[in-house]
Amino acid sequence: MAYTKRFDGRKFDESRKMEAKVGVVKNADGSAMFRFGDTIAIAVVYGPKQMHPQHMQDPKRGLLRCNYDMLSFSVPERKRPGPNRRSQEIGKVTEWALSSVVDLESYPNTVVDVHIMILQANASTRCAGINAASMALASAGISMKELVSAVSIGKIDDKIVVDLIKEEEDYEDGEGATDMPMAFTKSGEITLLQLDGRIRPEELKEAVKIGKKACKEIYELQKKALRKMEEK
Amino acid sequence: MNEEKSMNEENKREIGIPGEIIVKGSDYLPGEGTRRNGEEILATKFGLIDISGRLVKIIPLSGIYMPRPGNVVIGRVLDANFSGWMMDINAPYSSFLPVVECPRFIKGDLTEFLAIGDMVVCKVDNVKPKGVDLTIKLRGLGKLENGMIIFINSNKVPRVIGREGSMIKMIKDETKCDVVVGQNGVIWISGSNVEDELKAKEAIIFVVEKSFVEGLTEKVKEWFDGRKK
Repeated sequence: MAYTKRFDGRKFDESRKMEAKVGVVKNADGSAMFRFGDTIAIAVVYGPKQMHPQHMQDPKRGLLRCNYDMLSFSVPERKRPGPNRRSQEIGKVTEWALSSVVDLESYPNTVVDVHIMILQANASTRCAGINAASMALASAGISMKELVSAVSIGKIDDKIVVDLIKEEEDYEDGEGATDMPMAFTKSGEITLLQLDGRIRPEELKEAVKIGKKACKEIYELQKKALRKMEEK
Repeated sequence: MNEEKSMNEENKREIGIPGEIIVKGSDYLPGEGTRRNGEEILATKFGLIDISGRLVKIIPLSGIYMPRPGNVVIGRVLDANFSGWMMDINAPYSSFLPVVECPRFIKGDLTEFLAIGDMVVCKVDNVKPKGVDLTIKLRGLGKLENGMIIFINSNKVPRVIGREGSMIKMIKDETKCDVVVGQNGVIWISGSNVEDELKAKEAIIFVVEKSFVEGLTEKVKEWFDGRKK
């Protein structure tokens, strides 16, 4: 049976209902929430602040530290709290996706801490996290080149789809499922591209093209959320 | 909704978002929070767009305080060692007040002059990559003896001071309080009684909350007149 209709009835190039909000945590220097349907991520930014331990200080540039954490109630089966191999990897990948746009040279010897918390997870958590973190960094008044938007593109059987959900990630019929989280800057540069599964080169090109289009939509939403913050 | 409506009436400024084009054309000069990319001037910070003449800049609305030489700040003494005092000025760098800044001779312990926890008005003398040097050798600088301290967002300090000090002068005159505004967002208020001090504090919080409104000085004047009745 080929994959002709998505589990939740969306079109193949349609993402879930998105929501973005800036300034959700009052005590932080910057904060934002981003949601893809059931996936909710909150990002909190502290800093630039003095770097500790001191031997990690860099007199040429600041450091960006991302911490990704899935809360224990975010998934159907309780997740053991605390960092694990997966969260460490996603934190590192988020750091790489964002550090190319943050102007760290203006903050020597300092560190910017980004904490991403997943309140509810249904696939694409790292994309929601990157989207939220990018807005939170901007709202913290940190100098950056542009915003970053991320989306997950998948190949389910032979169809390329936007914004996967858990059921699609676990699809096994036909050619199976391929999950590709990707992040783009506003100018269209790729800052994150991961691939979990198998895909043909020409399909990959197509997927990146579709991802870019989906990210444009996300970018508009991020912009709207930032503008709205000031109306408060 | 109601708030949104009143906002539109009050002549709001455009908001710049990192990576967005502010203006096109080579006539403009990129200022703080912006960069040039060919013909375009792009924002690099999140804040209000300010175009005055040819200069385009972004007035940031959030973010921590970054010390600059010449800034008058209010700091707290963290530690006293044999060569000076370590201060906390709400900046991401450690700041130091050397003992040579002390106007008189100190015998023995440095905490005799400035104890740990004291609030001091000081001026940023020098910003080095590893830290900030402070001075208290000018008039109006030195230890704060009484009064109250409030903390605001350091980006709102220019609003609290107002154009050529108009806002702060009015607050001082209306409340008969002595007010020192540090560039790092620490404000010291001292009056003859607590009621005056609290009034000054409320006025400053009002200014911070309404900081985006044009013609704010008149609004604060109205606010004070309203309170008198």
